[in-house]
Amino acid sequence: MKGYINSIETMGLVDGPGIRFVVFMQGCKLRCLFCHNPETWKIKSTLEMTSEELVKKITRYKNYFGKEGGVTFSGGEPLLQPEFLIETLKLCKKVNIHTCLDTAGVGKGNYEEILKYTDLVMMDIKALEPDSYFKMTGNKIEESLYFLDICQKMNKKMWIRQVIIPGINDNEEYILKLKDFISKLKNIEKVEFLPYETMGIPKYKELNIPYKLENVAAMDTKRCQELYSLFEK
Amino acid sequence: MMQEWKDFNGGIWTECIDVEDFILKNYHEYKGDDSFLEGISGKTKKVWNKMLGLLKEELEKGVLDIETNIVSGIDNFKPGYIDKENEIIVGLQTDAPLKRIVNLYGGIRMAHTSLEAYGYKLDDTVDYYFKEFRKSHNDGVFDAYTPEIRRARSAGLLTGLPDAYGRGRIIGDYRRIPLYGIDYLIEEKKKDFNNIMEITLEATIRLREEVNEQIRALEEMKSMASKYGFDISKPASNAKEAVQWLYFGYLAAIKENNGAAMSLGRTSTFLDIYIERDLKKGIITEKDAQEMIDQFIIKLRIARHLRTPEYNELFAGDPTWVTESLAGMALDGRSLVTKNSFRYLHTLINLGTSPEPNLTVLWSNNLPENFKKYCSKISILTDAIQYENDDIMRPLYGDDYAIACCVSAMKVGKQMQFFGARCNLAKSLLYAINGGVDEKSMKLVVENIPKIADEVLDYDKTKEAYYHVLEKVAKTYVEAMNIIHYMHDKYAYEKGQMALHDTNVEHLMAFGVAGLSVAVDSLSAIKYAQVKPIRNEEGIAIDFEIEGDYPKYGNDDDKVDCIAVELVEKFIQELKKHALYKHAKHTLSVLTITSNVVYGKKTGATPDGRKAGVAFAPGANPMHGRDSNGALASLNSVAKIPYKDCCQDGISNTFSIIPNALGHNEEERIDNLISIIDGYFKEGAHHLNVNVLNREMLIDAMENPGKYPTLTIRVSGYAVNFNRLSKEQQKEVIARTFHEVM
Repeated sequence: MKGYINSIETMGLVDGPGIRFVVFMQGCKLRCLFCHNPETWKIKSTLEMTSEELVKKITRYKNYFGKEGGVTFSGGEPLLQPEFLIETLKLCKKVNIHTCLDTAGVGKGNYEEILKYTDLVMMDIKALEPDSYFKMTGNKIEESLYFLDICQKMNKKMWIRQVIIPGINDNEEYILKLKDFISKLKNIEKVEFLPYETMGIPKYKELNIPYKLENVAAMDTKRCQELYSLFEK
Repeated sequence: MMQEWKDFNGGIWTECIDVEDFILKNYHEYKGDDSFLEGISGKTKKVWNKMLGLLKEELEKGVLDIETNIVSGIDNFKPGYIDKENEIIVGLQTDAPLKRIVNLYGGIRMAHTSLEAYGYKLDDTVDYYFKEFRKSHNDGVFDAYTPEIRRARSAGLLTGLPDAYGRGRIIGDYRRIPLYGIDYLIEEKKKDFNNIMEITLEATIRLREEVNEQIRALEEMKSMASKYGFDISKPASNAKEAVQWLYFGYLAAIKENNGAAMSLGRTSTFLDIYIERDLKKGIITEKDAQEMIDQFIIKLRIARHLRTPEYNELFAGDPTWVTESLAGMALDGRSLVTKNSFRYLHTLINLGTSPEPNLTVLWSNNLPENFKKYCSKISILTDAIQYENDDIMRPLYGDDYAIACCVSAMKVGKQMQFFGARCNLAKSLLYAINGGVDEKSMKLVVENIPKIADEVLDYDKTKEAYYHVLEKVAKTYVEAMNIIHYMHDKYAYEKGQMALHDTNVEHLMAFGVAGLSVAVDSLSAIKYAQVKPIRNEEGIAIDFEIEGDYPKYGNDDDKVDCIAVELVEKFIQELKKHALYKHAKHTLSVLTITSNVVYGKKTGATPDGRKAGVAFAPGANPMHGRDSNGALASLNSVAKIPYKDCCQDGISNTFSIIPNALGHNEEERIDNLISIIDGYFKEGAHHLNVNVLNREMLIDAMENPGKYPTLTIRVSGYAVNFNRLSKEQQKEVIARTFHEVM
């Protein structure tokens, strides 16, 4: 079957362990304020590929993967194309490629089957409270917590990612709350703080979509580092 | 056994000249990490600080000084020093550091132009006698050039031919001097002379003359070294002597010749054997060992040749290509990594980063992990290392080959190369469309090519015409090369370097191509899109209109990548149809150095949409901004260009990435870079230059050079001090693809 793909990055070095072939899948239900890939929002794209075609491409890069690398399905939201994703993941596992999902956990179900063929889940935490989550994403928090719960039940290895945005969550109170939240989870191998960047803004202008964080500056990486130290304490 | 060989394991090497056997029987593979390394010594610091002052002065003036009373030669100059009491390793090209030599044998006109460019004048008497009684290589070449060659040369179809200066790319086996001593080498050459077999009449006479020239050179080396107070007639008896003897061999080469690339060979593991012996005996410490290497490297960093401004346009930044090949694997499965491989790389820390010597790691998938990590770390810190795939070269060249210049492999002491610059593949394609008429000068360059008058270019027809042009170009190119190397042997024979080769040396003749990615994308555009030439009144295509999209080289797309493969295979096949001087073997490189800028300038608009005058991509790199699938796809496209039997003189690729895209922290960056190199070479690729830097820093360096005095970057096949590039070249480097995060 065919899937909608936005684009491919053959050399992802910051999207999971080692060298990753990153598949940016098309479509996302969330409208995160800080999103820097608005071009992946709409459900359909011009680039369509079958699972076989895609895995054939991925396999071309096996020599670069080394001990740690592999494929990362990102987006957009990979969970929005469950059948295609399952078929592709299965084929990847058949040829021994490490698989990783970069997700917000908001898809169309079938999560158990998807996770069966997933080696690592990188989950993006948008916010911790229902209100702030809705403000940040335009979606209810419950859906993502449901996905997280299944990951936990299935003992999936996880990385947690949190975008740090000036004036929104760059405060110690939030970081401590996050720490508390994560401490109750298991199999968390790594927590990454990603400083908010403004380089996605031109894309909004191009697509004629209003950008809601217009007046927010990029996150100071040093401050982000400090917050991370606080988190690690 | 000679007494200097005490404590070494014996072998065939004790009975005839066989450095490889000596190394394999005696070296100690090192699999540990870099924690044993020592910092810079007080003496080295003094010598290097003095040099830094002179280097700064040189950068401001262009050249520091030129010797105008004496011309090039092994034993023509008085001894010179930087800071005699602190110099552990001695010897300069002339009697003062950075004072350049005039070499008249390559071409007297070129020598005069170079002198004039810097406000110097050759001594009248020398000038008079040389002109009166000597003919130069350049004079000889132009006596024999055909009209076709002259046209191809002035149109920029063939550029950078070594017809007015030294050809270089010859690596003397400088290790033979410390291992055997000069007297033994002379004895062996005398034996060789008596055993020269009848080849053809001319070849036999020539070889006899050459061997006697070589013997004379060995005597001159002995005399030159004695002026520094050393007797190199016998083998070196300790590590310091070994480094010094070896350096005298290299010094002789750069006193005698001004070749474009004067490479060093593969010396680190050889010298490690001497260092290990002394360490074991307790005569020296690790600090002493690093001091010897640091001081040796200082000497290599300050080798200079006198060039014209036009030469600098082709090969910017005063490069000398003192290429040293490190690591690689032995045929018995051990790696050739020793502690000394680390020490050489460590000079980039002790003395700061530098483009020379051109440190080249012969990379194998099986190199010790610790060494890979150290290389990766130093690459990220300094941008001064290049990597070449030992796993594809070793089966062809064995385990004692080295790289000359950028990417040219040869067995040390057993093979030599006839260097041959490159031909412009993109221009050749325009000739196919324009009936052999040059799109810039409007002059006829290649005869008997019909003009294509179609409104839309047809792929099969254009390709046929293109291949026809390439057949003619190949013939002209071979003729030019045969003439050049015949005359170079006759008028500017490198007797010192050839004395350090086997008498029956194998010859490789290295052809080259530039503009591969432009030619390939152009053909792809003609095949998959609609390309309409825009013609001037004479019917010459001066621009192209492209409708529709086409697959571009650099995306790991076989549709276009196979055009590249077919093209280089066609060209080497055409070259091989023509016999070569001294029965040399044809080889081909895809390498431009910085000449991609000049080639672009001299070439009109091309069917891929590139505008007239725009720089080509360097080496085998895809054109900037045409890769849409990320860096590995781009690497995979280049990896498809065949090395063995096709581009066996090297396929250069330059890879630049910003630090943040390479990984979140140092450890990740080191591991990721190793995975990239491992993966690329497993794909069968040949060469990779690695730069890890921010574009913003380069822009800042362009505006404020004083802030970045040592900023080094790798370009096609060599490293260069960024400040020594012209503004145009700096802009081109900045415009190149830098891989960033998406």
